[in-house]
Amino acid sequence: MSLIEVKALNSYYGDSHILFDVDMHVERNEVVALIGRNGAGKTTTLKSLMGIVRPSAGSVKFDGVELVGLPSHAIARAGMQLVHEERRIFGSLNVEQNLVLAGLTAPNRWPLDRVYEMFPRLKERRDSRGTDLSGGEQQMLAIARALVRDPKVVLLDEPFEGLAPVIVRDLVAACRVLAAAGQTIVLVEQNLAATLALAQRVYIVNNGHVVHEGPSRELKEQPKLLERYLGV
Amino acid sequence: MLSLPNFAAQAFNGLVLGALLALIASGLTIIYGTLGVLNLAHGAMFMVGGYAGVVAYQYTGSYLVAVAAGSLFVMALGLLMERVVIRHFYDRPPEDQILVTFGLGIVYVELVRLTFGSLSQSMPPPSWAAGITSLGFMIYPTYRLAVVGIVAVALLALYLVLYRSRLGMIVRAGIEDAVMVDSLGIDVYRVFMIVFGIGAMAAGFAGIVNVPIAPITPDVGESILVETFVVVVIGGVGSFPGAVLGGLIAGEILSLTSMVDPAYSQVMLFLVMTFVLVVRPRGLLGEQGRA
Repeated sequence: MSLIEVKALNSYYGDSHILFDVDMHVERNEVVALIGRNGAGKTTTLKSLMGIVRPSAGSVKFDGVELVGLPSHAIARAGMQLVHEERRIFGSLNVEQNLVLAGLTAPNRWPLDRVYEMFPRLKERRDSRGTDLSGGEQQMLAIARALVRDPKVVLLDEPFEGLAPVIVRDLVAACRVLAAAGQTIVLVEQNLAATLALAQRVYIVNNGHVVHEGPSRELKEQPKLLERYLGV
Repeated sequence: MLSLPNFAAQAFNGLVLGALLALIASGLTIIYGTLGVLNLAHGAMFMVGGYAGVVAYQYTGSYLVAVAAGSLFVMALGLLMERVVIRHFYDRPPEDQILVTFGLGIVYVELVRLTFGSLSQSMPPPSWAAGITSLGFMIYPTYRLAVVGIVAVALLALYLVLYRSRLGMIVRAGIEDAVMVDSLGIDVYRVFMIVFGIGAMAAGFAGIVNVPIAPITPDVGESILVETFVVVVIGGVGSFPGAVLGGLIAGEILSLTSMVDPAYSQVMLFLVMTFVLVVRPRGLLGEQGRA
């Protein structure tokens, strides 16, 4: 049984129909990427999985549990975490409080030392308020805040967006370590090189439809697909 | 007449009024800051706290029981109100929230009027704070001095709950981004309900503590609500320290202006609010963001 089994998922933002019968699956220990142009529906897919956008129809089976209709906190407790594109760090709390808050309701949370081992920079800044962090530090904290809950799957929405290349390199390395340790990841990212390097399998999303699914190495050999759906 | 003892007495009256306004306003501001709902029934809840406490006093003759009853009754009312009504209005436009809380406020006022009539109710100060105290330069009612201390303790308790506890951490995070708190596995609606209960309790507590100073009538909450709004705007919407500072400022403005001409005290209050809004639209201690 797949860890995540999405069937005929439909979501709206207000009156606009964004996702049309999206089908996808994610296996345990797998890194899957969703790629596509801006506005294709990638972020909406992640938000629908997390219950932040309530799907209007369809089913999301997560480790055997139906998620559609559940509130976000129940979905989080079932073991899913979404790292938002905007990071959404609590600016009035310091780094450590952000992490402690995230772990409050997790059944098996990571010890903070394990988080700090992965992101030594966060340890140095543990007493700094969220608002005082750089973009890269905020992104590290956003990812760390998800990992603290020891989630069965982490959904990463454009984690490398707008960051300096050297920081992207560090974050990609951290994701590699995670993936090697068996962390299941669903990645939405514009940075195609980083995506294809991390993901084993790729879905291409276009206008709210899944239009292609396959191993990421295949994609490198099909420039036509990339050109058609990504304009690369 | 302007004289030093007169001025000092009015300044003390301002402090007492300011402390009470600070407490009521901090309840209103944490509810608005966390839930985004402007609770127009907040003044009525101040009044309900007074009546619930007076009833408890009539049965027991105990000031402490009265204060506990007034606070807890309004807290329970707040929890119930959030669960049964307010919760269904989070996704509705602010106009709807304003109308429904305004309506609930009217219901509370009229239910109290129906039960107790329109005549004022009162309660004596506790024996340990009865009479007057000489401060050297003036004499002053002991209970009013005690109220400043009692409210300071209540504000400190509120501060500890909001800034030094786990709940406080969640509340502050929830003020910033309730959706994110929810996606970290914390049932944000339950937190909202608790916050609403605590905010309501602050009003109820102030309501009963105020009874020995000024007897209550069913519509006492109306003017309190208006003043509380001004306090919140001056201090910064959603800011707890802002509510405390704004309360103290508003108390002094109302009290010191009354000394010159009571008719102008409200005018002065609104003038200061207007000035603050022009110079610093987010209020003295308000954070940028919601508001």
